[in-house]
Amino acid sequence: MNIQFSQESMSEINRIIGHFPPIRKKSALLPVLHIVQKESGWLSPEVMDKVAEILEIKPIEVYEVATFYSMYHTKPVGKHVIEVCQTGPCMICGADKTIAYIETKLGIKVGETTADGLFTLKTVECLGACGYAPMFQIGEQYYENLTEEKIDDIIRQLSTNANNI
Amino acid sequence: MGRKLLLENIEKPDINTIDGYLKYGGYRSLDKVLKGMSPDEVTEEVKTSGLRGRGGAGFSTGLKWTFIDKSTDKPRYLLCNADESEPGTFKDRLLMEKNPHLLIEGMILSSYALGCNTAYIYIRGEYMFILRILERAIQEAYAKGFLGKNIQSSGFNLDLYVHPGAGAYICGEETALIESLEGKRGNPRIKPPFPAVSGLWDCPTIVNNVESIAAVVPIIMMGGAEYAKIGIGRSTGTKLISASGNINNPGVYEIEMGVLVEEFIYSDEYCGGIKGGLDIKACVPGGSSVPILPKSLLFKESNGSPRLMTYESLSEGGFQTGSMLGSGGFIVYDEQQCIVRNTWNFARFYHHESCGQCSPCREGTGWMERVLHNIEYGHGKEEDIDLLWDIQRRIEGNTICPLGDAAAWPVAAAIRHFRHEFEYHVKYPHRVKDADHVYQPEMKYQTV
Repeated sequence: MNIQFSQESMSEINRIIGHFPPIRKKSALLPVLHIVQKESGWLSPEVMDKVAEILEIKPIEVYEVATFYSMYHTKPVGKHVIEVCQTGPCMICGADKTIAYIETKLGIKVGETTADGLFTLKTVECLGACGYAPMFQIGEQYYENLTEEKIDDIIRQLSTNANNI
Repeated sequence: MGRKLLLENIEKPDINTIDGYLKYGGYRSLDKVLKGMSPDEVTEEVKTSGLRGRGGAGFSTGLKWTFIDKSTDKPRYLLCNADESEPGTFKDRLLMEKNPHLLIEGMILSSYALGCNTAYIYIRGEYMFILRILERAIQEAYAKGFLGKNIQSSGFNLDLYVHPGAGAYICGEETALIESLEGKRGNPRIKPPFPAVSGLWDCPTIVNNVESIAAVVPIIMMGGAEYAKIGIGRSTGTKLISASGNINNPGVYEIEMGVLVEEFIYSDEYCGGIKGGLDIKACVPGGSSVPILPKSLLFKESNGSPRLMTYESLSEGGFQTGSMLGSGGFIVYDEQQCIVRNTWNFARFYHHESCGQCSPCREGTGWMERVLHNIEYGHGKEEDIDLLWDIQRRIEGNTICPLGDAAAWPVAAAIRHFRHEFEYHVKYPHRVKDADHVYQPEMKYQTV
């Protein structure tokens, strides 16, 4: 399968490559994986092979990085990945209850995706929002000081937006 | 009210734009440097200021700068460590989000002092929304001639880039950060050689925390000697403290070093006391890696004098009775919190974040997590407590990087100060089994 990234992604990739000396193209790997994951939803072997080709490195160099860092999805995920912080300060401010509430609301367990493919629920370690706990991240957005009402609103909004597309 | 050097203008709505930043006196330190200070004079001011690394280690920033290898013609690099991932710490985020130009000005000043013409801000991937803020601010700085070629007609050139990580606590360790910036897994390197001699692409490299680099701006403006007058002893200047947990006013506070711990927790100017009028049980004063202190040791040093928010006072008595200022991640626990549960939670964190290079850390963190999980969920045995002590002791000091120590210390301190809670858990398993934990044990090892 011959993967092609969009024009937009490619120009962003080339901008990032320009941050480094020409012989240090590999340095662009982490940001480039973010860009292609945003376009493809997850990092399939084909996507990773294409990245290797662009950065002129071996595919294994991409695989080992993709599997090391927790933000990369090496399996398909839902359209919105809800990443709930579960570390110390969030835990003592009710992260467990937040997780349980979302599980019940969406009818899935941590690690699962809803049947409509809209939401994946994931627990993550400290996101640097300890003073605003409990919290989760969806895409690039932080949602903080969560309450059940707030969670309802956020999930409703994301579900409605998805239905309009 | 203490002096504010870093957060002085943080509430100004336009401080995030270059026009706003200039309006409130921004880029004046840069002007001062480019018009009449040599790079060595800048370094000297930072040394005089007594500024110590704000990421957690507390090593003299000025002294670190003097280690950069000037004997080679290889390019030198300045890397800003914005990988803020230590549980309990969220101060750098506030600075970058609200006042990005303060960091950018600090990067230019520091690069000038070190003789770097390329610098990178390595920011944790989860802060992608802040990366966008920084990139926009950097564009503004280029447009005004504060970055790029021949900055303000001084002949000094600097290119500055922001680079995202992708979710790995270990990349806050400086050699792991360098590996990551080279496009690899974040495996820390064996030192020596230190980055100042052989860092990014084997070139001389200095890695500094966001807050350290931002502090260079007021240091240059007021002079190192004046900055050193703030604080107490070797804890000079101001420090950002991220306050979280069971307190009334969580958030980021800039303190003059030397505020009383008791005042910091109970004053309305800071944490505002314990939520719900409860009593305080314990506090982790410097991020999850530092030893937890019970109430009985928190407010007083071993000689009876009040404990202060300084590097020295918080560590007074060593780990027997003290802790560390660390990154300033100040986590407060009320009397209803379970220390075993918290220790298990942190152990899981370090197990998840271990890079896996060194056996004591790779195996030990997982082992501690499993033992703590058993105790917390009513499957523990009395000998497990001594087993935990043994495991942590064998990790500490036996790994390439300090993550091993960071995993060991919280476990050791919890057993040292709260052994009775561990004993309660193994003595009355049926009581802890039925505690109000919505989390089910079988969920624990699931990851996406």
